Amino acid sequence: MMHFMLLFSRQGKLRLQKWYTATAERDKKKMVRELMQIVLARKPKMCSFLEWRDLKIVYKRYASLYFCCAIEEQDNELITLEVIHRFVELLDKYFGSVCELDIIFNFEKAYFILDEFLMGGEIQDTSKKSVLKAIEQADLLQEEDESPRSVLEEMGLA
Amino acid sequence: MSDVVEKTLTALPSLLSLDSQPGSAKLSSTSKLGNLIRGITELTSKHEEEKLIQQELASIKEQVSSPNTSMRQMKELMVRAIYCEMLGYEASFSYIHAIKLAQQGTALEKRVGYLAVSLFLNESHELLLLLVNTVLKDLQSTNLIEVCMALTVVSQMFPKDMIPAILPLVEEKLNHPKEIIRRKAVLALYKFYLIAPNQVQHIHNKFRKALCDKDPGVMTASLHIYAQMIQEKPEGYKDLAASFVAILKQVVGGKLPMDFNYHSVPAPWLQIQLLRILSLLGKNDQRYTSEIMYEVLDESLRRAEMNHNITYAILYECVKCIYTIHPKSDLLEKAAKCIGNFVLSPKINLKYLGLKALTYVVQQDPKLALQHQMTIIECLDHPDLIIKRETLELLFRITNAQNVTVIVEKMLDFLRISEDDYTTIDLVGKVAELAEKYPSECWFIETMNTVFSVGGDMMQPDIPNSFLKLLSEGFDSVEEDKKLRLFAVDSYVSLLQGEPDKLPQRFLQVISWVLGEYSYLKEELQPAAVLRLLAKLLDTKNTSSETKSWILMAMTKLCDGEAGVSVAQEVSETYSSSLDTVLRQRAHELQYLSQNPELRSKVLPRDAGLEVDSSLSFLDGFVSEALAAGAAPYKPPHQRQEELAQAKALSLEPYGLSLPISMSSCSIADRQSPTLLSISSGLSGDSTDLSLKGGSTTLKLDGVKRVWGKEGYLAQREPLEEAAAQVEVPSPLRSPSQTGEADNSHSQTPIPIPTPEPEQEKQQLASSLFVGLSSHSSVSLMGKSEPTPQRFRRKAKSPSSSLDASERISNSLVSSTSTVDNLLCDNLLDTSELAVPSPSLTSQLSQSLTTANGSFDVQLTESDVKGSSPTLVRDNGVAVPLSGLSHSEITPLCSDQSLDLSVCHVQKEEYLALVSCVCDSAVQELRSLGVAVCQYSLTVKRPSVHVEVVGMVSYQLPVGTHQSVQFSHKLPLTSFIRPLTVSTEEYGKMWLDFTNDTKQNLSLISDGQESLTATLNVLKKKLQLHVVEIIGVEGIVACRLHQDQPCLMHCRVHAGTLAVWLRSPVPDLPDCLIYHCQRALQEH
Repeated sequence: MMHFMLLFSRQGKLRLQKWYTATAERDKKKMVRELMQIVLARKPKMCSFLEWRDLKIVYKRYASLYFCCAIEEQDNELITLEVIHRFVELLDKYFGSVCELDIIFNFEKAYFILDEFLMGGEIQDTSKKSVLKAIEQADLLQEEDESPRSVLEEMGLA
Repeated sequence: MSDVVEKTLTALPSLLSLDSQPGSAKLSSTSKLGNLIRGITELTSKHEEEKLIQQELASIKEQVSSPNTSMRQMKELMVRAIYCEMLGYEASFSYIHAIKLAQQGTALEKRVGYLAVSLFLNESHELLLLLVNTVLKDLQSTNLIEVCMALTVVSQMFPKDMIPAILPLVEEKLNHPKEIIRRKAVLALYKFYLIAPNQVQHIHNKFRKALCDKDPGVMTASLHIYAQMIQEKPEGYKDLAASFVAILKQVVGGKLPMDFNYHSVPAPWLQIQLLRILSLLGKNDQRYTSEIMYEVLDESLRRAEMNHNITYAILYECVKCIYTIHPKSDLLEKAAKCIGNFVLSPKINLKYLGLKALTYVVQQDPKLALQHQMTIIECLDHPDLIIKRETLELLFRITNAQNVTVIVEKMLDFLRISEDDYTTIDLVGKVAELAEKYPSECWFIETMNTVFSVGGDMMQPDIPNSFLKLLSEGFDSVEEDKKLRLFAVDSYVSLLQGEPDKLPQRFLQVISWVLGEYSYLKEELQPAAVLRLLAKLLDTKNTSSETKSWILMAMTKLCDGEAGVSVAQEVSETYSSSLDTVLRQRAHELQYLSQNPELRSKVLPRDAGLEVDSSLSFLDGFVSEALAAGAAPYKPPHQRQEELAQAKALSLEPYGLSLPISMSSCSIADRQSPTLLSISSGLSGDSTDLSLKGGSTTLKLDGVKRVWGKEGYLAQREPLEEAAAQVEVPSPLRSPSQTGEADNSHSQTPIPIPTPEPEQEKQQLASSLFVGLSSHSSVSLMGKSEPTPQRFRRKAKSPSSSLDASERISNSLVSSTSTVDNLLCDNLLDTSELAVPSPSLTSQLSQSLTTANGSFDVQLTESDVKGSSPTLVRDNGVAVPLSGLSHSEITPLCSDQSLDLSVCHVQKEEYLALVSCVCDSAVQELRSLGVAVCQYSLTVKRPSVHVEVVGMVSYQLPVGTHQSVQFSHKLPLTSFIRPLTVSTEEYGKMWLDFTNDTKQNLSLISDGQESLTATLNVLKKKLQLHVVEIIGVEGIVACRLHQDQPCLMHCRVHAGTLAVWLRSPVPDLPDCLIYHCQRALQEH
């Protein structure tokens, strides 16, 4: 099971964090800081896997963004790399050639996609198509939802 | 695709300052969040950022608490609050509003509300209770998206205690027509299972339903739960192995919809999960479960040939599985080749995993490490520390007496450059373990010195403890011990003369203890000089008070002679007024003892091993008096707690099946006279707790003098095992073969080929690392099983005392036998009068039996001790009352130098009698070999395909050494099956009453006219079934497990196969029986 996923920039700015195990706020901050330091210090040609505390860390860099997952002893490192890759593919498809700015300004959307892809630290849906369908449906609902309401509001105002 | 992403993302830094770029065009550039983000990126210092965020938070706080803020605005505010929290600033004021938003907002706002809640709070946060009602409402919503959101938040975090409130609703969702809802519900249940397994215990059948779901996604989700359950209790799910194999076959064969493909590999996540489950099921397996996996594993290996990460992921999992389950040679070969591909791969990630896999399998297959020795050497110098670290881990597993120095050196090198505390602690522990395993005087001390100084105060506290223990207990030779200690003293004195304030506290403690104990060994060293060194240490300001008390203790041991006393006086004066009470006490002790040499030599005798009576036997008298006076016998804390818990609440959990239901132990002691023969039966063995509980009904303990309550009883086994472990039997095979192997591997390294300098260096390193690792020495490679060729060997700890203990125990055993036991004893005595106990036979022999999966009853009903020649027993096979009944072949179970244990089972009407025969094989020339025959009756409580009986024989040789032999014996269920004679009418009546059934098609053994009769006859012969009647193409058959556990079978020939329908009142019995029918027909 995945324990957490972090997205951070080359400058050490956290862009996304998702924790699948209950962790105290203070520990989270400490772990994020420590991991960023370790991962950012690694050179490009080095191994993508780390053993850190009692967890295994799998990270991958996409342009200026680092995607970093913590998994358990029995989990498969290589497939975790593919989890990261599929998440990037999903983001790319949703935003249309994604860039760091998309994730910065629409981070809540990135969270929604992640929630549709992973649940409770396990992969929920591996199909690109169906994950995006679920997201789009929710987005659509939101728009339908908004328009009648604004009309009502206008009427109330009028 | 990733290239595109990378290209786009590379252009990012320049984007940040420009608003007109396409990337930011679709961002709500006018939104407040946009402004905030832009504002932050423009700042230059951390301080400015903090100021800006505080302003932002203040404005958010003001707005959220305003009654005029609409939910829509609230949503926007929450997003900003999340952003601030992500930057590391606390926005706890917004938590309650996030919950409110989830509660009151429309679907879209709710979504943000739930997201904020899941990011802000964790499952122990008290505000989460306020969310329960919202979740309840949304779970019942008709809007699918709301249901999805509720399930998502539930699986992210939910208060444990509130699970029962929503559980029925989540369960209901398992029947939802939409697969996305079912899938999320399953994952939510998985989360519940993880955080509160007992809350979902009653819905295990629902999990099974999810496993059988027609949507592969839902099925995949349910595997998470199964993986967890199987990990906890593999034996409970062995029956599912065939189903998992079938699923994997379909997946590998590409039977799933294209949607599940990932880069044209069919459902890799599902494949990996299934492989993991299979390896859990096949772990420590006795072949039967593993056998059904071989084919699909082979296919998986074959199919995964594309050169892509994802296929390597599957291969890696496959290899792990192959090495975990019951081995099959050709699969192992393929897996080894696969590991080779990983190790030799130019891709660093694969190389790393290859090393990991090697580490994992090297114990089973040391040849593999030899094959890749040059790669391993290269990895040892790899610039990436992670690779280096993993290589060391691998080397650690292949350490033997010959390469230990080189490997430890490499590990110490790494330790000196490592900065990670976790790695240091782990590696220091490993170095210490190796050093202790292969100690040789100065190398050992020097290595440990490095361990102590590098490991510092972080290392596990047991490292210094066991080092001191090793030093004080010594090895085989007094001379060597003295040398070792002397060397330690020498090296510590020189360390203290250097810069002792740089040494870690733990090391200083070790140093002061050793100097206190052993500095007298160095005659030219004046105690006063040592005292002065220690006193200097006391004055160093870094020295902790714990270390100071160690130093004072050491000084107390050393204060000899006039000069010494004066130093001691000085020090004790300083510290006798210390604020630390421990230090003060030590100082007073020092003061008093330094003035009173006579008392000191009595309190701290030099060079006298400390005797610790850990059994507290000196309290025996007191305890038995107290017991006689009516005191309650001692219960260990865990038992007290358990009983307390049982008394407090009703246990709602069904009884676990894995309890060792019953065990028996019999002990035959013929040391003094035949009257000492005793059999203690009932519940005993590992869990003496059980024996007490059982004792309330069967054993009468009142008025029986008990020695140290149950502890004494417990100790019966302990000293036996301990002694067996400690006394190393010198193996005559050892030295020649070891050296032979060493030569072998030397000659294996390719020396004659001229190679460039560095290459040669590497090969030299290789030969020193892989020495002793030849292909023949697979067993002797690792750890303790290896006969170590050193002069040092741990001394058996005071053999005399453990002998005493066992003597005492055997006495107490006799006195504590119950009336039931006495009956048995009488029986025994009768027979044993006839017996001629062999003088060489073990003077005490105890045997215990347990069943592995706990579903069986083992009862010791009768016991015989016979003195007869082994041939007689073997020919006779069984004792007189059993002769005439059908019995199995006598199977030898285990043997060692002094005894052979064989077993055979006899099919009695109501139970299976297991006759075990222990005979003394040590002294062949003596004709009157001792033979003990024990008989157990086995009955089945819950059917399973096989039953395994495991046990241990422990015995004592006349010379006083204890030995124990473990054995296990596997019986098929068919041994317990008996024919059931019923008429066709009775059969018809019974058939309708039974509820548990199973159906399956079996193959007929021949195609001819009489195929049904022939097939049934085979079953009748092999499984002891009773054929009730054969009518045309149908046949009815009956059998039973016990008198009251019948199983009926209805067979019909249909389309060339035999359709079998089994019914029984006993759950699982039909399934087990069909398995055996299948096997019987296959074997035919």
